Amino acid sequence: MSLLRLSKISKRFGPTVALDGVDLELRQGEVHALIGENGAGKTTLMNILAGILQPDQGRMELEGHPYTPFSPLDARRQAIALIHQELSLFPHLSVSENILMGMESSRWGWVNGEDCRRRTLQVLEDFHHPEMRPDRAVAELPIAARQIVEICRAIAAQARIILMDEPTSSLQRPDVKRLFELIQRMREQRISVIYISHFLEEVREIADRYTVLRDGQGVGTGELGSVSDENLVAQMVGRPVKNLFPPRQQSKTGGTVLRVEDLAAPPSVKHASFELRRGEILGIGGLIGSGRTQMVRAIFGLAPVESGILVVGNKAVSARRGSPLLRIVQGMGYLSEDRKGEGLAVALSVADNVTLSRLSSCSRWGWLALDCQRQEAQAWIRRLNIKARTPSQPTWTLSGGNQQKVVLARLLHQDADILLLDEPTRGIDIGSKIQIYEAITQCASEDKAVLMVSSYLPELFGLCHRLAVMSRGRLSATRSVDEWTPETVMQAAIGGGE
Amino acid sequence: MLASLSKWFARFGPFLGLALVISIFALLSDFPEQYLSFRNFRIVLAQTVIVALGSIGMTMIIISGGIDLSVGSSIALTSVVAALSLQQGIPPSVAVLLGIVVGAFVGYINGLAITRLHVVPFIATLGMLGIARGAAKWLAGEQTVNPAETWVNQLAVTFPDPAWLLVAPGVWISVFLALLMALVLRNTVFGRRVFALGSNEAAARACGIPTQRVKLWIYTLAGLFFGLAGVIQMSRLRQGDPTVAIGTELDVIAAVVIGGGSLSGGEGSILGSMIGALIMAFLRNGCQQMGWPNYIQEIIIGAIIVVAVAIDRWRSSR
Repeated sequence: MSLLRLSKISKRFGPTVALDGVDLELRQGEVHALIGENGAGKTTLMNILAGILQPDQGRMELEGHPYTPFSPLDARRQAIALIHQELSLFPHLSVSENILMGMESSRWGWVNGEDCRRRTLQVLEDFHHPEMRPDRAVAELPIAARQIVEICRAIAAQARIILMDEPTSSLQRPDVKRLFELIQRMREQRISVIYISHFLEEVREIADRYTVLRDGQGVGTGELGSVSDENLVAQMVGRPVKNLFPPRQQSKTGGTVLRVEDLAAPPSVKHASFELRRGEILGIGGLIGSGRTQMVRAIFGLAPVESGILVVGNKAVSARRGSPLLRIVQGMGYLSEDRKGEGLAVALSVADNVTLSRLSSCSRWGWLALDCQRQEAQAWIRRLNIKARTPSQPTWTLSGGNQQKVVLARLLHQDADILLLDEPTRGIDIGSKIQIYEAITQCASEDKAVLMVSSYLPELFGLCHRLAVMSRGRLSATRSVDEWTPETVMQAAIGGGE
Repeated sequence: MLASLSKWFARFGPFLGLALVISIFALLSDFPEQYLSFRNFRIVLAQTVIVALGSIGMTMIIISGGIDLSVGSSIALTSVVAALSLQQGIPPSVAVLLGIVVGAFVGYINGLAITRLHVVPFIATLGMLGIARGAAKWLAGEQTVNPAETWVNQLAVTFPDPAWLLVAPGVWISVFLALLMALVLRNTVFGRRVFALGSNEAAARACGIPTQRVKLWIYTLAGLFFGLAGVIQMSRLRQGDPTVAIGTELDVIAAVVIGGGSLSGGEGSILGSMIGALIMAFLRNGCQQMGWPNYIQEIIIGAIIVVAVAIDRWRSSR
């Protein structure tokens, strides 16, 4: 029988229709995958379920009774807990304080520390993480451990329905496995889970049924066992998708444009050497935290370098005394994995963001020609198919995928010869992914050199000409993509030998 | 090792600073026995009371990620209210209470502006800085209010009567309230909420914490302390002066920040803020003893604030 039933849920934000008559049925003890591109309305739907937003229209029923949560607290009281896409923890507080926030054991307003500690230990025990200390500050925990804290919070609330918004986006494979084991255990305890994810593989691994959202409408629902990947993707994108990746251009094997020799940027990068050639896409695989990001940052002058040689074109440059400005002058462009933190100035307009690293294209004597800036941005909006109404729209109003395209547009506008891309498609929808893949391939065919860090193996194999793998701060030898298999990449990443 | 050193420093850094300030002046002074005398300590403590009381309330506000710029004006307003009440022949205890309540009311209005009108704390309290000061001048008729002598004037005297109190009653009141608030912040559900709010407001809301109501409480409660500081101010001056305590909010904020509070919220402690207030008081006192002009004091205190925060940044970046 259905535990939760939504019918004809609608929600508008000003002129934007976020949800338009969505139905959803959740059965007891099932894992229900909610899939769809970014901007399809999944997060809005979650927020409505969690009591953060109120729907404009529609009915929600929990076990046959009307369910109208007016606040997150109210939703939690009715046993619905939300685990956020972006971790919502209190970095200054302890593990125990985080887990029990909002439901501490107390008497007359005074917290019963002993009982809080006991309850925390109990929850951690249940989640098979007894090694976590309740009094540790969350700021000191690695990101995967923070996720555990967040999940434990939902468990501590004795939720019957847990909403998970892309819970694996910051987890590594072993932690994903552990998370899935937990979800399995929840299923056994008749807890229902609504699971949002972009990763179809993941959804298949863990979920029983699915609902696809597109442009605020439910476009399909059913058993996962009886639907093909192609069919799911077609429902998400709204058109059949034959190939995720554009056909690989034969690398013209131009000259080396960037040579990195014996780069060391402790503690995370111990040794890295590689050559990047004109017209190629070089992939860097490896686990999160293996030093890939730090390597790229060190090359771009954002992280301190201890030793190493950097040759750009055929000119040796100082690796130790680098700064982003210097690297940009030398022809490099950098796309950060942290889009909101580093990639974009989200409060500024699309036009400002696109032209930011080369304002000289539309300024004279330090004065900006605003029309010219808008036109140039408009050209990129059209070329990368960015869904923005106007170039002067603030960037934060765009969906994740479109924001990422803005970042890429900035690099392209900057006309960098060497593109350093760190997780260029992380957490964005398939439609945007395909367009970003196309743009990257296009860059390579225009004789630029692309270095791409990615945790998503199909992407590395589908796009790159050559691959190297980072493991515990050491970069493997670079080999042609045909000489790798997903298994050998994983082996190298886990670090089979030095 | 380094981590534990850094933790140790976080806890005892302000103490170290205080010890440093006292020993430097003891060394510089021609009369160290006078500087280090109990008599001088009593003077310093009595001088600290107003900033100390203010920083108890401010610590709570800053931990929650807010700020209050209206402290000085609030002190002036409440000192005028208390003085006027005494002048009207209202019993001293009621007059004191009135002053405190007016302080809480000012805080409540701040809280309303922040939560209902969605004005950021900096601006809301900047507005109140003007409003409360204006109200004080208006009530006092733009001159000082001189009430008759009562026991209220004994609250902040350097040499208390009876002598076994050793220090001014106001000092004892501050110590008691500081302990109480330290406990409240550490051990109550409300205290948790305050930290949660400053650490991650969105997460706090998602955890079902009534963030707006908590904020309203924080500003109102802090207002109580500012009101009490105003009463002590009146007691020290023996009059209600609407032009008093200009810029006191900056001293109070500095005390919190020197004591380890972070303006981005989530960090801070009452003990730290008390030490911060003492550091500034001993600096002032030391400079006076040395016969240094006022401007040197100002330069040193300014530098100390920046250095204290720089050390804190350096520590947390390790």
